[in-house]
Amino acid sequence: MKAEAAMAIALPASRSQSHWHRYYRQFLQNGLGLFGAVISILIALLAIFAPLLAPYDPIQVQPDKIFEPRSWSHWLGTDELGRDFFSRLIYGARISIFIGVVAVVFKTVVGTFIGLITGYFEGFIDDLLMRCLDVLYAFPRTLLALLILAIVGPSIPALIFVIGLGGIPQFARIVRGAVLSAKQNEYVVAARSLGSTSARILWRYLLPNVLAPILILSSLSLARAITAEASLSFLGLGVDPTLPTWGGMLRAGGPYLRLYPHLAIFPGLLIMLAVLGFNAMGDAIRDILDPRMLNRVRGGRTT
Amino acid sequence: MIKYLLNRLAQLIPVLFGCSLVVFLALQLLPGDAAQVFLGDREYNQTDYQAMREYLGLDEPLYVQYYKYLTNLLQGDFGRSVRTHEKVLPAILERIPASLTLAAASLCVALVIGIPVGILSAVKPYSRLDQGSMIGALLGVSIPNFWMALMLILVFSLYLDWLPASGRGTPPDLKHLVLPAIVLGSAYAATICRLTRSCMLEVLNYDFVRTARAKGLLEFVVINKHALRNALIPVVTEVGISIVGLIEGSTVIEVVFAWPGIARMAFQAAQYRDYPMLQGCVLMVAILFVVVNLIVDTLYYYLDPRIKFAGAAHEG
Repeated sequence: MKAEAAMAIALPASRSQSHWHRYYRQFLQNGLGLFGAVISILIALLAIFAPLLAPYDPIQVQPDKIFEPRSWSHWLGTDELGRDFFSRLIYGARISIFIGVVAVVFKTVVGTFIGLITGYFEGFIDDLLMRCLDVLYAFPRTLLALLILAIVGPSIPALIFVIGLGGIPQFARIVRGAVLSAKQNEYVVAARSLGSTSARILWRYLLPNVLAPILILSSLSLARAITAEASLSFLGLGVDPTLPTWGGMLRAGGPYLRLYPHLAIFPGLLIMLAVLGFNAMGDAIRDILDPRMLNRVRGGRTT
Repeated sequence: MIKYLLNRLAQLIPVLFGCSLVVFLALQLLPGDAAQVFLGDREYNQTDYQAMREYLGLDEPLYVQYYKYLTNLLQGDFGRSVRTHEKVLPAILERIPASLTLAAASLCVALVIGIPVGILSAVKPYSRLDQGSMIGALLGVSIPNFWMALMLILVFSLYLDWLPASGRGTPPDLKHLVLPAIVLGSAYAATICRLTRSCMLEVLNYDFVRTARAKGLLEFVVINKHALRNALIPVVTEVGISIVGLIEGSTVIEVVFAWPGIARMAFQAAQYRDYPMLQGCVLMVAILFVVVNLIVDTLYYYLDPRIKFAGAAHEG
C-alpha cells in the first residue's frame, strides 16, 4: 500500500501539475480562445448578476406600454406585452445558460461513468451498455427531444434531460476508447498487482487519464446545449413563455419581424455571441490539450 | 467485403429493434393513459373510453402490446393518425422527397463553399485568407440556424422581396429552395471547410506529395490530383453523416420556412399530440439514420481498404 501511495504521488500528480501550468500559459497565448473565454465570462456574469443589471422586472406586463420605441427609460423599447426588452435580454442569459450548463454536467457525468465502466470491465456489461447507446445514438436528437417533450410536457428538468440525453453516447464512446488504451499502462497493471480495488483504479488512475478528452468534449458541447435549448424554446417546447429565454424571445418576436425586427435581432445576437464564445474557448482547449482530437471531435457526428 | 457487410447488417437488427422499443415505451411515459389522450378534448363517456382502450389494446399486458406493435411495424403498418385518421406510413413517405430535396440542396451549398475554401486555407496556412476563413467557419457553426433563417427572411423576403419565405411552391420550384438550403448548408459548410483544411494539411506533409512536387508537377496538379484525393476520404464520411444530420437538423428550418418535410410533420404531430404520427416520424428518421450510416461505412471501406474494421465498427 505504501509503495502504491508513493507511486501515485511521484508519477501522475507532479507530472500533471506542470502540464496544467503549461496548458494555462498556452491558453493565454491563444488569441481566439482568450476572446472566447472573455465572452463566456461576460455572459456568465450577466446571468449571475441579472437582478442587479436589469433596470426593470422582466415579467412585469404593462398593457399601456406595448411596443414602445427605444428611449432613455427603455433602452431597447418594450415588447408585445409592454415588458422592458433590455431587462428580458439580461434575464434571458440566466435560464439559457443554466439549462445548458446543467445539461452538459448531466451528460458528462453519465457518459463518463458509462465510458469508464464499459472500458474497464469490457465483456458482457460493455456489450450491453454499448448496444443500448447505439440505439440512443440512432435517434435524431431534435426529434427524440420533440417526442419526449410532447409526451411529458415542457419543464426545466425535462429540457435538461432531453438536451443531455443525446450527448451521452458520444461521451461514453470517447471515454471508453481512452480507458481501453490507458488501462494498458504499466502503473495501472502495477496498481492492480498491488491489490488496488477496481473502484480505486478507476478513480485514481484512469479518470485523470481521460480528463483531457472530457474537458474538450464538455466545453464544446456547452455551445451545442445552448443552441439546443434555444431551438427548443424557439419551437415553443421550452420553458413557460412568460419566463425570458433567448429562444423564447425570438419566437415571440417572429410574428412582428417586419415592424419590429429588433425584437428578433437582439436575442439571436446574444445566442450567437454565447455560442461563439463557448465554441472558441472549446476549440482552444482542444488545440492545446490534444491536437489529434481534431477530427474526432469537430468533424463527424459531434458538431 | 461481403463478410463485413453481412456483419454490419447483423448489427443493425438489434439497433432497429431497440429503436422500436424506445418509441413504443416512450408512450408509456404519458400521464394518464393513451386512451384519454387519443379521445382528446372530445366529450366521451365510460363506454367510449372502454371501447378506445379495447381498440388500442391497452388491457393487454405490455409485452403483448409491444409484440403487436412490432408485428404491425414489420408489415408496414405504422398505425393511423389520431387527428386525420390517415395511415401514418404513406403520409410519411409522401413527405420524404421534400426533406431529401432540402438535404441535397443544403449539401450542395456546403460542398461548394466548404471544400474550395478548405483547400485554399490548407495551401496557405496561417495566411490572411486562412485566418479569415477559419473565423468564418467558427461563425458558421455558432450562428443559430433559426436566427439566420429569420434574418434572411427579413432581408430577402420582407425588405427586398426577392425570395419567398415559406412553403415549397406549387409546383415545387427552386426559388423556394434557396433560403432554406443556404441556412441549412452554411453550418455544414463550416464543418466541411475545417475538416478539408485539417485533412489537407496532413496529406500535404506526406512523401508522395513531396515526390510529386520534386517531379516538377504544377502545384495545381499536385494539390488537386495527388493531395486532394487522399484528403477527401474523411470528408466523404462526414458528407454521408451530414445527409442524415441535415434531415434531423432541419427540424427548426422546416418549421420556420413551412417546408413540407418529415421534420415539420413531426413537429406538427407533437403540437396536436398526434402520437402515432410522431412515433412514426421519429422511427422513420432513426431508420434512415441507421441505413445511411451503414452505406457511409461501406463506402468508406471501399474507398480506403487500409482501414481495419474490427475495432472501428465499435467506435462508430
